Order: sequence, then C-alpha cells, then structure tokens
Amino acid sequence: MNYKVNFTNEKEKRAMKDVFGATVAKMGEDPKFVYLDADLMSSIGTKKWADAHPTQAYNVGVSEANLAGMAAGLASSGLKPLAHTFGPFASRRCYDQVYLSIGYTKNDVIMIGSDAGVTAAYNGGTHMPFEDMALYRAIPHATVIDVTDSAMLENVLPKLLDMKGLKYVRLGRKEVLGVYEAGADFEVGKAALVKDGSDVAIIACGIMVAEALKAAAVLEAEGIKALVLDMFTVKPIDAEAVIAAAKKTGAIVTAENHNVIGGLGSAVADVLVKNTPVPMEMVGVQDEFGQVGPQDFLQNFYGLTSEVIVEKVKAVIARK
Amino acid sequence: MDPKLSKQIKTFATQVRIETMKEFKVRGFGHVGGALSIADTLAVLYEAVMKYDPKNPNWEGRDKLVCSKGHAGPTLYSILALKGFFPMDWLNTLNIPGTHLPSHCDKNQTPGIDMTTGSLGQGVSTSIGLCLGDTIQGRDCYTYLIVGDGELNEGQVWEGAQFAGHHKMDHLIAFCDYNKKQLDGYTADILDQRDIGAKFAAFGWDTQDINGNDADAVYEAIIKAKATPGKPHMIVLNTIKGAGVKAVEEMSANHHIVVSAELADQALADLEKLWAEQKG
Ligand SMILES: Cc1ncc(C[n+]2csc(CCOP(=O)(O)OP(=O)(O)O)c2C)c(N)n1
Repeated sequence: MNYKVNFTNEKEKRAMKDVFGATVAKMGEDPKFVYLDADLMSSIGTKKWADAHPTQAYNVGVSEANLAGMAAGLASSGLKPLAHTFGPFASRRCYDQVYLSIGYTKNDVIMIGSDAGVTAAYNGGTHMPFEDMALYRAIPHATVIDVTDSAMLENVLPKLLDMKGLKYVRLGRKEVLGVYEAGADFEVGKAALVKDGSDVAIIACGIMVAEALKAAAVLEAEGIKALVLDMFTVKPIDAEAVIAAAKKTGAIVTAENHNVIGGLGSAVADVLVKNTPVPMEMVGVQDEFGQVGPQDFLQNFYGLTSEVIVEKVKAVIARK
Repeated sequence: MDPKLSKQIKTFATQVRIETMKEFKVRGFGHVGGALSIADTLAVLYEAVMKYDPKNPNWEGRDKLVCSKGHAGPTLYSILALKGFFPMDWLNTLNIPGTHLPSHCDKNQTPGIDMTTGSLGQGVSTSIGLCLGDTIQGRDCYTYLIVGDGELNEGQVWEGAQFAGHHKMDHLIAFCDYNKKQLDGYTADILDQRDIGAKFAAFGWDTQDINGNDADAVYEAIIKAKATPGKPHMIVLNTIKGAGVKAVEEMSANHHIVVSAELADQALADLEKLWAEQKG
C-alpha cells in the first residue's frame, strides 16, 4: 500500500464511468480478459472499447441471470471474466446464479454493480441497491469492495483479475469527491488509514469516506480527534485494523451508503463483539427502501452525511 | 373503425404526448424514446378499451394494466392525470423529492398504477398473477401487459409465456413495443429477436403484428384479440422509438436523453398544432 490522501472536498474531474471504461480497456490487454455486460455498456463507459473488441466483449442483453452464469462458464474454461450491470441487477436479480455457478463452484469472476446505493438517484427505489453488499457478504469466501474514488478504482480493479474466487465491486457512475492522489496503491483486504486520531474511529467505505473526512474536520475544530479508516474491502474485513482502531480510540462509528443490516456496520460490529467490545454507532440506511430524487436529497433523507456522522461521533463518545 | 372514435383516440394520443413532453421539459431529462413509442397503445387502452374508475382506482372489477417496461411511467402518468386519477399539476413533479411520480411505475406511489415495475421482465409474471387472480375470483376483466423488445431478453418473460400459454389465459392481452432499440443500441445487433410473434405462437399464444403507432390498428387488434378465445394474446407493435417527436425519432441513441428547452418547445409547438388540427 502506498497512497497519499488529498481531500479538498471537490468533485473529481473524471466521472467514475469514464475511469471504469479506461480501466477495462487496460485490463483488455490481457488476452484472457473477457467483458460481459447486460445492455448497460453505454451507461458505464465501455461501449466504445467493447465495439472495437468484439471477441473480448459481449453484450448479453437484458439478461442478468444469463450474464452471471456465462461468466462462471467462461471462468471454468480458463478465461478471466468481468461482468457488469447496475447493482440491484448484479445482486438480487441473479443471486442464485452468482451464489451457485460462481461462488459454490469456485469460479474466478469479477462482478460489478454500478449505481451503488443513493447514487442510483433518479432511477429511483427499484434501482437503488441498499442490500447488495449484504447479499454478497453472505456468499462464502466472496470479496466485497465499495470503491472510494477514481484513484482507487483504477488501482484496485486490475488487481482483482488474478485473484481467486468471486469478487463483487460496487461503484457510482458520476464524479465523486476525490480522496486520494492519482497513482495511489492499495491492498485488497487491508483498510487504508486516511486520517489519524485518538478520540474516536470513523470506519467508512465508498462515498462515505469523503463524508467521514468532512466530519473529522468539523470535529477537529471542536477539539475531537477522529481517526478515519477507509474500509473499502468490506469482506474479508480487516479485523486487525478494526481492533487496533477500537483499542486506540475506544469508540467506533461506521458509515456506509447501504442498509446498516448486513453491510459495513454489521461486519465491524461482528469483529468488535468478538474481540474488543467498545461503544459503536452506525451511519447508514436504517432498514428502508430507496426512492427517487437527486443524490444530495437522498443523502440527507437517509442520513448519509457528515452532519449525521458528527452527531453519532458525539453520541458514541458520550457512551465511552 | 368508427371515424368518430378514431378521431377521438388520435386526438387523445396527441394530448398524451403533449403532457408527457411537458413532464420531461420540467425535469430536463428522462426515458423519452420508449415513453413516446408506446403512447398510442396506452392512449387507446385508456380512452376506448379499459374499464376503470378514477375515483376508485382500486376497484376490484377494473381492467388491470402492467407496464413492465416501467421506465415508460411518464406516459402513463399523463394519461392517469388526464383521466382524473390525480391533479394535473402532479405532472410537474416527475422525479423530484417526495413526488408521487417516480421514473419507474410504483403501485404504492401513484393512484391508477396497478403494479410496481422497473426491473425488466418482472411485469410479465405479475400480470399473469393479476389475471389469474381475477379468474380465480370470478371477476370478468382483462389484464393488459406492456413489454419492451429489449425486455424480451429476460428469461422471466419466457417463463411467464409458458405458463400463460399452458393455462390458455385469454384474458391476458400483451403488447410488445417493438421499437427495434434497447439501451445500448439496436435490438437486432445485441440479441436478434427474429420473429417475436412466432416465438409467442410457439408458446401457445394468439399473435398479431401491427403498426403500433397507428391508434386505429391498435384498437382493432384489441377487438380481434378479445374475439379469439382460448389463448393469451401478444400484439407485436411495430413502432418508432421516440414516435411523434421528430428530433427524438432522429436521434441514434434516444433511450435516456437530456431534454433541452429548445427540443421540448419545438416538440410542443408541433404537437399542439397537430392537436388543434385533430380537434378540428
Ligand atoms: C432487470 C433490468 N436490467 C436492466 C435494466 C436497465 N434498463 C432499463 S431500460 C433498458 C433497455 C430496455 O429496452 P426495451 O425493453 O427495448 O425498452 P424501450 O426501448 O421500449 O424503452 C435497460 C437495460 C432494468 N431496468 N432492469
């Protein structure tokens, strides 16, 4: 791991879908790489590359169960498949195919679910995955990743190509608040410390890492020193880092763009109760369905903001 | 076809396009292509075919409609508003926080929407359930189903097709909006559907192939379907994605588009001119 945090609270210049498209094109240099999509290539920035590489890229149409099953077969045949659709369809719509043909059968496949959580915005409740990480976490030995920004996306995605088993990656498609400098290097399964502190640890993933950093700045001004961990690999969770953060600060707040049931909060709580029980609070969707609206409205509605993190930090410190 | 009825439905279809384009104008973007291609069929159904009560949208004896291509919600919303299911000014709220009109059809949000859709393919099974439920409970009504041609990629469509064919569900009348395009491009380039009618026929369905942007043809096909007992019905609608708005028809990628004020204003001017002529 080798990364520099450079958080300025500004949106990145490149949309995540463009970075995704460029990264897929790079991964395509490996002749064993195969890209599958379910009629959403133009939505995720891969259509141009796919059109130019008809033997490496296949549009399976709107058929997600077929997408997952085909990826499994391609893996068994010795290739390295990556399959994309929107998060709800990459998880709930093809769960048994992912579980059985990929997971149980031990096929090495990368599944991508775009429009993570509230980033599905105007597509509304039917398209808003608050449970995709929970579903993938429940599959034995699966790797589950919630991408923080473009520097992480372009570094981590290619690493998954030669990793064993089922890998699920969720990401937004638009510009996100950048957290890392370009060229950052991460290790899958190891949390990235983005800010040190001693009073409380905020463990976040995805778009909530930026919210955690905003919250930490507000808290700092009030004399509260928050440690911020980017737990982009939600499974396998970096238990060592969780335990160390708990021992160092004595209080934990998790923050995720996902239901608190089955996601990052659940994963961290699991580590804490078994090892170092300390007071803990969870920022995330509180067992609700999604709905339509702009992302900032949805973040406010579901409490996925730095303000709510600040509140929860104060509440958890009071419980110490 | 009775000329008076024909005129009435066509005028209504234009009005529906006007209100739908206004919805998109206010929001500035949306699934315009697939909303416009299905406008004539939905207009025929609500103007001249279906029985329903806007004051009692959950009336058990009503005909049901499942728009399985749920992203065509905005067309249905303009019809439901024009028919009095809810106030016209709701049409200004498409997709805004707290709206009753989300981008995809939602049974719990919008009076008159009979089923939540948005995950393609699922409406086929839910429409079969609605139709079977009416039969089991002795209600004399029809269920109408709208699917996209791209949506036919979903295996669930064919799972449902088998059941409805096997059970001879003749009160299920389905339409496939064969606008030749899906999200990433032409349906024939992504997964060639070949002969859609023949495929449903192989599953035991009664099928017709018509011009789906011709309201008269749609109306007559429904009458014909109702007169053909013992099989579920698939009416393949040959349509144009974006039908009725020239600029959208001519765009190569017109699934989900930005709707500029210029585009909307030009479309509305053209449609209003047509509407005035039709009203005569
Ligand atoms: C299960 C599922 N997968 C993917 C999508 C995303 N999506 C929305 S519309 C669409 C294309 C649909 O094409 P078609 O059925 O032909 O609709 P139309 O052209 O009539 O708009 C896709 C892939 C979805 N809504 N549901």
